[in-house]
Amino acid sequence: MKAVFARFVVFALVALFLIGPLVVVVGVSVNEKQTLAFPPEGLSLAWYGQIFMDAGWRSSLFASLFLATFSAALAVAIAFPLSWFLWRRVAPWAQIFRLLGVAPFILPPVITALGLLTFWATIGAYGQPWTAVLSHAIFFVTLPLVTISLGFSSIDRSLVEAASTMGANDRIVLRTVIMPLILPYLISGFAFAFVLSLNEYIVAYMTVGFTMETLPIKIFNALRYGYTPTMAAVSVFFVAVAVLVFSLIARFGDLPRLLGAEARGADS
Amino acid sequence: MSGLQLQNISKRFGRFTAVENVDLEVPQGQFVCLLGPSGCGKTTLLRMIAGLEEQSSGRILVGGEDVSGVPTHKRNLGMVFQSLALFPHLTVGENIAYPLRIRGVERTKQQERVEELLNLIHLPGFADRPVSKLSGGQRQRVAIARALTLSPKLFLLDEPLSALDAKLREAMQVELRQLQQKLGITTIVVTHDQREAMTMADLVVVMGEGRVRQAASPVEIYRKPADAFVADFIGSTNLLELSRDGAGRAMVLDRLLPGIAAPEGKAQLSVRPEDVRLVEAGTGSLSGEVTFVRDLGGTIETFVQVGQATIVAVTTPRERSDLKPGQKIDLELPADACVVLEK
Amino acid sequence: MRREPPKALAHYLPIAFPALMLLVFFVIPFSTMIGVSFFKRDPSGFYTPEFVLDNYARFLSSFFAGVLSFSLFLAITVALICVVIGFPFTYLLSRASRRTQTIWLVALLAVLSLSEVIIGFAWSTLFSRTAGLSNIFVALGLMETPTALMPNFWAVTTGMVYQAFPYTVLILYPALARLDPTLLEAARTLGASPMRGFMNVIVPAMRNTLVASVIMVFVFALGSYLLPQILGRPQHWTLSVLITDQAIYQSNMPFAAAMAVFLVLFSLALVGLTIMLGSRKDEA
Repeated sequence: MKAVFARFVVFALVALFLIGPLVVVVGVSVNEKQTLAFPPEGLSLAWYGQIFMDAGWRSSLFASLFLATFSAALAVAIAFPLSWFLWRRVAPWAQIFRLLGVAPFILPPVITALGLLTFWATIGAYGQPWTAVLSHAIFFVTLPLVTISLGFSSIDRSLVEAASTMGANDRIVLRTVIMPLILPYLISGFAFAFVLSLNEYIVAYMTVGFTMETLPIKIFNALRYGYTPTMAAVSVFFVAVAVLVFSLIARFGDLPRLLGAEARGADS
Repeated sequence: MSGLQLQNISKRFGRFTAVENVDLEVPQGQFVCLLGPSGCGKTTLLRMIAGLEEQSSGRILVGGEDVSGVPTHKRNLGMVFQSLALFPHLTVGENIAYPLRIRGVERTKQQERVEELLNLIHLPGFADRPVSKLSGGQRQRVAIARALTLSPKLFLLDEPLSALDAKLREAMQVELRQLQQKLGITTIVVTHDQREAMTMADLVVVMGEGRVRQAASPVEIYRKPADAFVADFIGSTNLLELSRDGAGRAMVLDRLLPGIAAPEGKAQLSVRPEDVRLVEAGTGSLSGEVTFVRDLGGTIETFVQVGQATIVAVTTPRERSDLKPGQKIDLELPADACVVLEK
Repeated sequence: MRREPPKALAHYLPIAFPALMLLVFFVIPFSTMIGVSFFKRDPSGFYTPEFVLDNYARFLSSFFAGVLSFSLFLAITVALICVVIGFPFTYLLSRASRRTQTIWLVALLAVLSLSEVIIGFAWSTLFSRTAGLSNIFVALGLMETPTALMPNFWAVTTGMVYQAFPYTVLILYPALARLDPTLLEAARTLGASPMRGFMNVIVPAMRNTLVASVIMVFVFALGSYLLPQILGRPQHWTLSVLITDQAIYQSNMPFAAAMAVFLVLFSLALVGLTIMLGSRKDEA
């Protein structure tokens, strides 16, 4: 069937475009010698080991993981009460905070980065690691905000009403009905923020670039000052983490719906 | 003993009045249907009884106790929502046990009660089934069981059967009625389906535009509708203009109608199609011409044009089966079947 | 639980923490930046808090105008390429099975989340002399000797298209996933082939979405900071690069801030335009 063939061709071309560079990176990462060569001349997985064994790379890895975990957690901690409030109460004035939550993400990143840089410099905290956590949390708060708001909007309010007819007050409803239903969205919001924080360069660089080397910062520096295939290995690591996290979200949740399609089965 | 009392209940949303001056007295153990077209205020009224909406004025008493300002979770009632509102993250048993669980009732007692209720709704052994794996009728019953877990004083249902297909709905109406009789619990059901109301209710409350039009037993509502709205909403009826002749006698379609008390002001006459008698042309009080015959197998509807009006007569095939459009026919309107509705 | 305006003080509690965080760590930094843009540059240190318009005056220099026009040109090129390829692709994706869609969405999200550094690194490898496309082309006999394909305007563009493509698909996805399937079916019953149906029915019907998407990708592309540096020469540097350069290496915070403010206003105007277009519903 012509249509099916055409679709296959389009998908194949796009897949080639998207995966191509990654294939090359993988190839480069297993090159035996410390040179940039593709196809690889001699195979070695040593460079992957370097991520953990080389002190420089290892500390960057921990820095990135530390930053990602805490900033994602903080982002969720900001997004959840905000979404809850907007869902629970009638408060048009509060919508401005939803706007503020979305703004850092829509604007070009360099602006948020510069703003935060001037702020930290002004209050004299420039360069402290915790400023990076706060900066990333604010920068990525949009992601859990979107997923959690989506979660709340999908909660049937009659579930809440039914619970109250059965004797549940506000607190019990929150604990027994709402939390179990919103948990998947909290997790996916955290996961999104985590992955993006892990990969983020410019905000991290502008705020703590001189005191703390996250993996993206280290890779960029390495690009300038000397090449090792470890960089490629780290890149592959990043891709693997991203694919893993998003696959898990897809496995336990409804990914198309999270990204804007209608609910599963709605189109049948 | 009073099951439920509503005293002068009103609800306004800004300038829109959803419910106006509703007074209702429901004896304990009765099955009541709030019946009316969409927008008539019946669901709003039910939600006020449940405490999900706050009344603008009036009092609500359950079992003699004033619950007007009491929040929903303290009112001790059981409610079934139109969407059923079964907790998707809990099993059948966990749904039913929910009211007990949040009160700290111990596990074994919870399980006992769940078993009891599952037997009551004819779903034994379903306790561990996830809610998503139930059919429509089964979900319906679980929602009912869950509402009855605490043996509440009041059982409220908001269009509970609307999501079911016709055959299942009819079966559930009977089941619901039987269940209620067995438990003797004061029950209020909101519905827009008058057949449903007629099947299940001891007391039918017909509502229109926020007001109670009539509250009576199903048969009385049918045979003696209080006004044109009720007459037209329940079953189908023929509504004819009623006038007076010079001597003060009742006239309809320019013919005298013996046996009917002439009204003081403007009025209408309601006569059910099954009460209209078709007789040979020239022998009856009203003369007309058949315009349409609808043979539905079990009944035959005959449309007769009399002057400007069309009167519908319903007969069974045994009574009359050979009328055709164009034929001349006469009608009789028996006085005892006619209801005068003042405007 | 009725949905009502908050009544007690305790009701306001949930929003207190988020509101505080957003005000202190977003609104204030933003305002500081706007303030700094009006300050005077101090060659020895950061800046002195005087109110001057010097920084904004520099916008009128030819250097700045050159960088600005190049940034806009680059961003619009990337945006157009992305949407032209992305729109048919996303349309086909939205018609595929749920499972296929999910697999693709995972892949697209993974690429989208990739650091600009890694994308830059991957493409710089592909464009390099020793390990890239040219090696493959030589092996296939299409080229004689391997050469570096960068630094180069098209190298930058390709890298940026790679980065912006998943974003484009994810912007178009909601609208296309919710598109009424009977639209195309109706066209086909009237005799249109799938291709013609697509061009004559779907594309015009989604006009507003298309324009909005181009604008959103344009704003996204304006934010590209690393790719122009990794894959291009200084003449290819965009406004974002210039801002960071001035802020960190030239220690000219006020000028950097002024450019950033300009960029914000420009982006906000475009986003506002997108929202306006969005509220004017697409036909059908």
